Amino acid sequence: MNAFLELRNLKTHFPVFRGTVLRKPAGAVRAVDGIELALEKGEILGLVGESGCGKSTLGRTVMQLIRNTGGSVLLEGRDLSQLRPRQLREERLNFQMIFQDPYASLNPRLTVFDALSEAIQTRGRLKRTALLNAVAELMSTVGLSPDQMRRYPHEFSGGQRQRIAIARALAPRPKLIIADEPVSALDVSIQSQIINLILRLCRERQLTMIFISHDISVVKYISNRIAVMYLGRLVEIGPAAEVVENPLHPYTRALVSAVPIPDPEREARRQRIILQGDPPSPLNPPQGCVFHPRCPYVKEACRQARPALEEKLPHRRAACIRVGEI
Amino acid sequence: MPLLSVENLKTYFYTRAGTVRAVDGVSFDLESGKTLGIVGESGSGKSVTCYSILGLVPQPPGRIVGGRALFAGVDLLACSKEQLRKIRGKRISMIFQDPMTSLNPYLRISEQLMEPLLVHERISRKHALNRAVTSLEEVGIQDAGRRVHFYPHEFSGGMRQRVMIAMALISRPEILIADEPTTALDVTVQAQILELIKQRQRELGLAVAFITHDLGVVASFCASVKVMYAGRIVEAGLTREIFARPCHPYNAALQQSIPALHEKGKPLFTIAGLPPDLSKPIPGCPFAPRCAYMLPKCQQTPVRLQGVTAHHETACLRFQVGEIGDLRHPLASVTA
Repeated sequence: MNAFLELRNLKTHFPVFRGTVLRKPAGAVRAVDGIELALEKGEILGLVGESGCGKSTLGRTVMQLIRNTGGSVLLEGRDLSQLRPRQLREERLNFQMIFQDPYASLNPRLTVFDALSEAIQTRGRLKRTALLNAVAELMSTVGLSPDQMRRYPHEFSGGQRQRIAIARALAPRPKLIIADEPVSALDVSIQSQIINLILRLCRERQLTMIFISHDISVVKYISNRIAVMYLGRLVEIGPAAEVVENPLHPYTRALVSAVPIPDPEREARRQRIILQGDPPSPLNPPQGCVFHPRCPYVKEACRQARPALEEKLPHRRAACIRVGEI
Repeated sequence: MPLLSVENLKTYFYTRAGTVRAVDGVSFDLESGKTLGIVGESGSGKSVTCYSILGLVPQPPGRIVGGRALFAGVDLLACSKEQLRKIRGKRISMIFQDPMTSLNPYLRISEQLMEPLLVHERISRKHALNRAVTSLEEVGIQDAGRRVHFYPHEFSGGMRQRVMIAMALISRPEILIADEPTTALDVTVQAQILELIKQRQRELGLAVAFITHDLGVVASFCASVKVMYAGRIVEAGLTREIFARPCHPYNAALQQSIPALHEKGKPLFTIAGLPPDLSKPIPGCPFAPRCAYMLPKCQQTPVRLQGVTAHHETACLRFQVGEIGDLRHPLASVTA
């Protein structure tokens, strides 16, 4: 299979040192620890997990904002992790990122025109009128009025700022978008506007996207497939609706059952799995299956060997040895 | 008789940009053992409402310009600072959204847990420490005798929120005000914390006011709900009815825009436009400019809550006179 984006045994470890004068290496935080993943062109992959599971680090590693310590990131067959900084900068026009906080990701001293024209001209300089037209077109694409291009970010609301951030990410005409919690900071009524916008743009421009979120209902709605991450590893991956409606891995089950449903009747009938404790430290992950200390179905074999991500049903992979039994 | 009765509360902020009517005529009651959800988006005035009751609104620029909050025969909005100080933290406690910013990073949590006891009760440090350890055990922190001496940074986010709950409940209050207590937490930890608040509520017979923007949390946690928009309550009632039979277009539209209940592939329902600028006077319904059912009269006539059934009120003019009925399928206003 010739995938559009392929991650092969991707690892991002952060070294940890102990002591101030005599700094000694003291292990590593395994933020991303052996991820295998392939995306087809035009696919939207939802990446879910709790804070600290490594989903943002994975996103940044694909962007090569953090260089991986092992494995490779292949975009249309080219290994990004082998590129030199200069080549990488050119290549990065093909993959762009949208961040969570539109208050922090826009330069407060640049007008919308400044921010967008800079991003547009990464593909080559334009004459004044052509540039104005390009900025105006881009603004209307994301649902902003072009006569606001001389305004500064603080003059816009949170939802509008996220539109500016999306416009800036689209400006270099990328093929891949990595969206790291793009709607988490927004109110429900604004969130739905931005989700619709992102979906429309993906369709129109045939973008491939990794959509990172902790909100499983948003991810289910937006993505084709869902990958569930726990402690730097994938524990389950499969078609979005199936993963949410019939989760295979006990962690996915707990995650889905913890999401409150805005429907009191269904909420009252539902059985909830409440996990005990917090996720363990990625500095010192548990032996065997990384989830076993919190898993309600744990048995002896889970503590011994680390289960591989294997196909359990057609198109569905999970890293659990007890899938058939529970 | 309700434990706390808030009537027609108005809190305005006097800024250079004008008078911001953050809370504009809000009324509600809290009863022992019951949970009231106050739900709304950012800027709807849900937090300012609760801050006003506890005298936590910075004055100036804020000022409580009207209303009463009766608790045990005392009007909290009019009583002396001394009186309020005896009630706040003792009989009415509050937990906040972010446990990292509401705990003092320089003090061991033992000091912070003991403080309300040492302030409000005649108690020795030794007894206070014992109570602190017990209170940690009650919120499910193991090895409490040792961990009571930890600093806040030594706990995870979920554990810190447990510490906050222990601190709020250590003086055995009658009312707990929870301002988005689970918003900063992961869903699995959120489920733990909600379960914990429920359990402590059963044990202590607490009245809980639960402020949130998350309709899902409301559905699973609250018996009744007030939906706020632009500083006012636009719909109120039993949780069941608020969801099964929305009586205000805002509430209906809000529920429609949640992805959880949505079919894949269809565009999400969206509410066009933005919330109103509260520094300008709003003569009619504050939601009118974004409402699919708006008529000219909506923007001119002052609105107020009116009962539809015994346990359900709406501030929608057109619903009140029966011009619109079933809102479960609001008029499509899909834009991207």
